[in-house]
Order: sequence, then structure tokens, then C-alpha cells
Amino acid sequence: MLRRLHHEQPDSFAFTPANQAWAEAQITKYPEGRQASAVIPLLWRAQEQEGWVTKPAIEHIADMLGMAYIRVLEVCSFYFMFQMQPTGSVANIQICGTTSCMICGAEDLVAVCQEKIAEKPHTLSADGKFTWEEVECLGACTNAPMAQIGKDYYEDLTVESFTKLLDDLAAGKDVIPGPQNGRYAAEPKSGLTSLTEFDSGKTQYNASVQLATDIKDGVKRIQGDEVPLLTPWVGKDGVVAGRAAADAPPKAPEAPKPAVKQAAEAKAAKPTAKEAEAPAAEENEPEVLKEARGGLPDDLKLLKGVGPKLEQTLNELGFFHFDQIADWTEAEVAWVDARLKFKGRIERDGWIEQAKRLQVGDETEFAKRAKEDGIYEDDAE
Amino acid sequence: MLKDQDRIFTNLYGMHERNLAGAKARGHWDGTAGLIQKGRDWVIQTMKDSGLRGRGGAGFPTGLKWSFMPKESDGRPAYLVINADESEPGTCKDREIMRHDPHTLIEGALIASFAMNAHTCYIYLRGEYIREREALQAAIDECYDKGLLGKNAAGSGWDFDVFLHHGAGAYICGEETALIESLEGKKGMPRMKPPFPAGAGLYGCPTTVNNVESIAVVPTILRRGADWFASFGRQNNAGTKLFAISGHVNNPCVVEEAMSIGFEELIEKHCGGIRGGWDNLLAVIPGGSSVPCVRGENMRDAIMDFDYLRGELGSGLGTAAVIVMDKQTDIIKAIWRLSKFYKHESCGQCTPCREGTGWMMRVMDRLVKGEAELEEIDMLWDVTKQVEGHTICALGDAAAWPIQGLIKNFREEIEDRIKAQKTGRMGAMAAE
Repeated sequence: MLRRLHHEQPDSFAFTPANQAWAEAQITKYPEGRQASAVIPLLWRAQEQEGWVTKPAIEHIADMLGMAYIRVLEVCSFYFMFQMQPTGSVANIQICGTTSCMICGAEDLVAVCQEKIAEKPHTLSADGKFTWEEVECLGACTNAPMAQIGKDYYEDLTVESFTKLLDDLAAGKDVIPGPQNGRYAAEPKSGLTSLTEFDSGKTQYNASVQLATDIKDGVKRIQGDEVPLLTPWVGKDGVVAGRAAADAPPKAPEAPKPAVKQAAEAKAAKPTAKEAEAPAAEENEPEVLKEARGGLPDDLKLLKGVGPKLEQTLNELGFFHFDQIADWTEAEVAWVDARLKFKGRIERDGWIEQAKRLQVGDETEFAKRAKEDGIYEDDAE
Repeated sequence: MLKDQDRIFTNLYGMHERNLAGAKARGHWDGTAGLIQKGRDWVIQTMKDSGLRGRGGAGFPTGLKWSFMPKESDGRPAYLVINADESEPGTCKDREIMRHDPHTLIEGALIASFAMNAHTCYIYLRGEYIREREALQAAIDECYDKGLLGKNAAGSGWDFDVFLHHGAGAYICGEETALIESLEGKKGMPRMKPPFPAGAGLYGCPTTVNNVESIAVVPTILRRGADWFASFGRQNNAGTKLFAISGHVNNPCVVEEAMSIGFEELIEKHCGGIRGGWDNLLAVIPGGSSVPCVRGENMRDAIMDFDYLRGELGSGLGTAAVIVMDKQTDIIKAIWRLSKFYKHESCGQCTPCREGTGWMMRVMDRLVKGEAELEEIDMLWDVTKQVEGHTICALGDAAAWPIQGLIKNFREEIEDRIKAQKTGRMGAMAAE
């Protein structure tokens, strides 16, 4: 199924203040640097607020979580609960159509939708109140057939009860979710066959229906204050106990930024880039010689990483002996490095280490080979 | 039949108090700190001894799985992730745990996490279960409030957090590595294994992913002993199990029963029999949509456990989601609907699955109408064999098996329909 951004998009998106607080609470569930984990819950909240996921919402959430827009869009288009086009102002009716429901009559419910709402799924009804779609298994198979409307499951439906349900919703009447045939939850309809010994009387509704009737937000657009998200895991000292107890999770890789942003940031960063060409690290000029002591320079080519060309450059800078190189400090290495224009080679090839050994007459592996194979003989004229 | 006092989920239908006080009255959260103080090795050994096999479908021994987690941290934290992305067609058991008996799960999460050296647990709930999420979150909040979670959880000395996370309607996120990807805020596409999650899972840290039911039974097993749990069911199929029976029985329901219960007993005791009587039974899918269907006549004497269903009937227990179909069912269409499901839910990562699920569905499309050639049955069989085993995760296999089950068990039915379409009259019925 092709899922892409709807052709008409609103100009902007913002969470309501309560939803914003909710979203920020949600982010505390994940370790530092891993806030991208919150993308699905946040997108879902945006959909609960607006009825569908808009392009501005995707961008807003990407910015909140430091994610590239495309990463949020691909999450949005991957997960089928995200509606990428406007839905009915009252509700989007989702009929479970997978096998258990199908063999119990889901097709008849779809027919009701086609008749009362629209021939095709994801299409607004004439009055704009409803859309419908057939969804895959909703996980209430023993209460088949069933439909999800807003936040609630309406189970054990028949054509009659479902038709009445749609009429009641259209008329703005209160409806009670859950099994529509007098069942309590997922027990056998004819009466309990187990768990009879613990009878303690029962509340009026099962847990789902109880919440629905208490909160009364079944098909409402969510403002955020209906079910606040408490964050009891954040202790009074602001520390999440479990996270503090464990060793720090490995650092998240730096999140890639959208190309537009990268370009903007690169632009802003230009002047500083120029500055960077000036000495970055602390530099210090080492002691240099005008010429080799006694006119007898060491063969610097015995250092791994130094060829005839580099040797010449080093000589020009005033370095002729191993002991000179062996004595370089960090700042002096930086000075030489800046002039050799081989960023980091001194450290990479370990010149100082090599020079220290060659200075006292030790052989290094490379020097031995260089001498034996005469690899520089051609240049030695 | 299992006695009520041996049932673990004593508030399965939510008819009793669902809050902490109610849970405590039913024996949960009893001596949790004491269980933890017996130590990690004791917990894992007891789980191994109990013979509990994972309740999410694959049936891997839970204690063994836990023992794969590193004993000593190498600097990375460990995570327990609970797979509550219940979306295998036919399966609706975890929902009842989460909305009606949430404290079994939370207590289990604490003990299991301790056993795996994890201070943090994420519960990945399927997105559609909105009320279940609210119910479970309320229970978690209450536990924090009473000091059962957070710092020094339940007085055990173990600091522990439970976070509720949810998905957004992707079946593939029930696969453990896809679930981890999704939890990291990405598309739910399965990862290659190895590395296995126990080595590098969530955020690259050692992670164990367990099904809700596997975790929720842990505290009771530890309290009552491995022997008690192992006393139910046949060898290697121990314990009690939630069965979800849907379809053409008189009273579909979710019920906790002993493993290895006979199919007939299960249906007669709890579901009021098959609609239209046993002679009217056509086929049964005994373990959720991913396992092959079984002909009704073979099912009547079946024993409901992992080994019997796999060994004797070539099917599987899966999640113990039993879908019953009577003779009024169009079996080809019923399986076609599963093909449609898998086509819809394929994540698109591996070509054999992405393309194959579509092919299979389109061929099934024609078989439903009978507008096909007889050779196409074998061709379809061939396609299922080319998808099976050639994908990163098991979704490809799961898409192939129902069709293989159909062809194996109901080939005549398919052939009859094709012939009838060709000749314009019903094959076998023509003589009557």
C-alpha cells in the first residue's frame, strides 16, 4: 500500500501545552541521547490531537527529537496506525478483517461501512464525520467480530449492533465500548467455566470499558490533560534510579541532520572555519640547526614514514639528527606537523619512538629492512 | 481439569479488584524481596527446572534464554524487553494479563530483570491496545508510589525501572530484533543474527526479549516451586498456559489450562463445543496464524502441547491461539485472508518475502475463485518453499506455512473448485 504525504497540508503544527508536557515526560523514559526512541509515541500523540499526522507535525517532532525529517517520515509511513490523510471529524472506524473476525462476520461489518460511510476505505463520508478502513488483527479474537473506534474496542458485534453504534456516534450520543452482546470480557458467554472460586463480586465493567467510561475520551481529540503521564521513575533528585544504578549506556551515534540544516549550519560556521586554519593546537618552535653537526646528518629515511622528499623538507626546516626528533614535545610536534602538511603523520608513524631507538643505535624493524633492501638507493646519488 | 487454586492468572477476566491491594489479596507481590535475595543463580536454575518454554510462539526454554545474558557487565547496562506486541492473528491472551492482572507482569519484570542483571525494563505494547496501556501504566504508577519499583524496588536492594513503550500497528515488531529497532525509533525491520540480542540488543547492550506471559508466570513459579509448575503437562511441555479459542465454537474465550490438555476436553469444558457439533468441524489452526491448519478429524484427539502438535500433526502450539472453523467456512478463503495479512505485514526488507507474499496472495486470490489451472497448486507449493527459510526473520516462513497446510490438508477442495469453475457445475456434488 502506497503511503505518502497528503497533497493538502496545514501550515503549522504545535502540541497543546498539556500534550507538550506529555511529550517531554515521554522522552524521560529513554537514556540520554536516545530520545529518538520516543518518535512513535510522539507521532501518535500528534495524531490523537489532530486526527491524522500532518507534514508540519512530522517536522516539529523531528526537531524536538533531533532527528532528520526523512527518518521521522519513514517511521510514519512504515507503521499503519499513522493516518497520513485526514480522517472523519467524529471517528475513523477500523474493522478487524483478519481470519478469526472474518469467519465470524467481519465482511458484513465492512458492508455496513460501505453503505453508511463510503464505498472506499480512507474516504470521508458525505457529512465528513466518518472514514473507515479494514485493519489487520487487532488482538481481540475471542470477541470477534470487532472494530476499533477512536481509542476503544467494540467487540462481539452484529450488523444490527454495529449499525446502531454508528448511528449513535453520528448523533453524538454516549456509547459504551467493550462486548456488545452482554459479555463482560473474554470469558465464555454462557458463564464462567473457571475462576469461580474467587468470586468477589464484580465491578460494572471490565478494565478497558471502565477506563473508557471514566475518562470519556473514546473518540475525542486529545488535549493532553485526560490521562497525564506521571514520571514516577524520575526521583526527587531528578535521577532515574535504574539508569543510575546501571553503567552508562554507550553514547548514541550523532544524529544526522537534515540537509537543509547542514547547509545552514555550514554557512554559519564558515568564518570559524577560516580561523581554524590558523594554529589550532598550541605550537612551539623546536630547536633547529643551520646545518648537520660536523656535516654528518643522520639518515632520516630510516624512520618509517620518511622518504627522500620528507627528509629534504626536514633538513630545510633544520632537522638533521635522530636526537633532535626524539626530543620533540607535543607542542613542537604540532609546529612541525603544521609545516610538513602531513597532518598527524608524526604521531601515526611514531617518529619520536623510532628516533629514540635509532638515536642510541638500536635498529627498528623498518630501518633494518630499509638497509638490507636498499630501498632508497636509487635516490642516494 | 486445572483447579482454580492452580491457576496463575486469577483475575483473567477482570472481575475482581485490579489494583495493587487486589493483586496482593490474590497472592501477588508476596515476599518478592525474599525471592530476589535467594540470588540470580537460584532464580535461573528454578526457571530451568520448571521447564517453562517461552509463551510467545517459538517455545524456547525461558531459563536457558536468561542464562545467555552476560554474568558480569562489561560497562554496558543490560535490558529486559517485554514483548507485548501481541498481533499474531488469533492471539489475544496477553491483553487480558495487561488490563486485568497487570501486577503479575510487573512483579515478573522485576524478578526477571534482577536475574539478568538488568536495572531497566521496557514493555513494548502494541499501539492499538490503548486502554490496556492506560491500565498497565496506572498499575506501574501505583507500584512506584508504593516503593515496589524505583530505588530499592520492593525492598530487595535492586534499583529497577519499568517503562511502557508502544508501537503503531506493525506485526513485524513482534519479532525480537524488529522490536528492538522499533524501540530505538526506527522502522521495525529485523536485524541479522548474530549478534544475538543477548550480546548486542537494545542500544547495542545485552538484551533479552520475552513474551508477556513468560514473564508474568515467573513470580508464581518461584513462589510455588519448579516442581509444582512442572507437574502440569507432559514431559518437556510443562506448566499452565493461556489458551485463546476463537472462531466457530459456541463460546469463544480465553482460559488458563494445563498444558497437554486434550483438544476435545478444552473445547467441551470451556467453549461449549463446536458450533453444529463435532461432525461439523472442518479445520483448526491450533497455534495462531503462522502454523499450518489441521483437519478437524485429526484434531479431535489431539493433545494441546508443543511436541504433539508439531510431531504428530505437523502443526504447532505457537501462542496457543486456537482458531476453529466449521464446515460452513470457506477454508481457502480463510487461508487467503492470512496470505493477505502477511503480504500487508511484510516489512519489505528481504526480496523473497516482500515479493513472495504478494505472489502467494495473488495465486490464492485465484484459487478462492477457482479461476486457476490445477498445475498452479503445485506452483504455489513451490513458491512457498522458495520463500520459506530464505529471509532474515521468520515472517517468510510464517507466510508459507498456512498455505502449505492448506495444500497438504485440503487439496481436493481446491481442485474441486477449479474443476467446478471450468465445467460450470460442482464436481462431487453433481451426481446427487
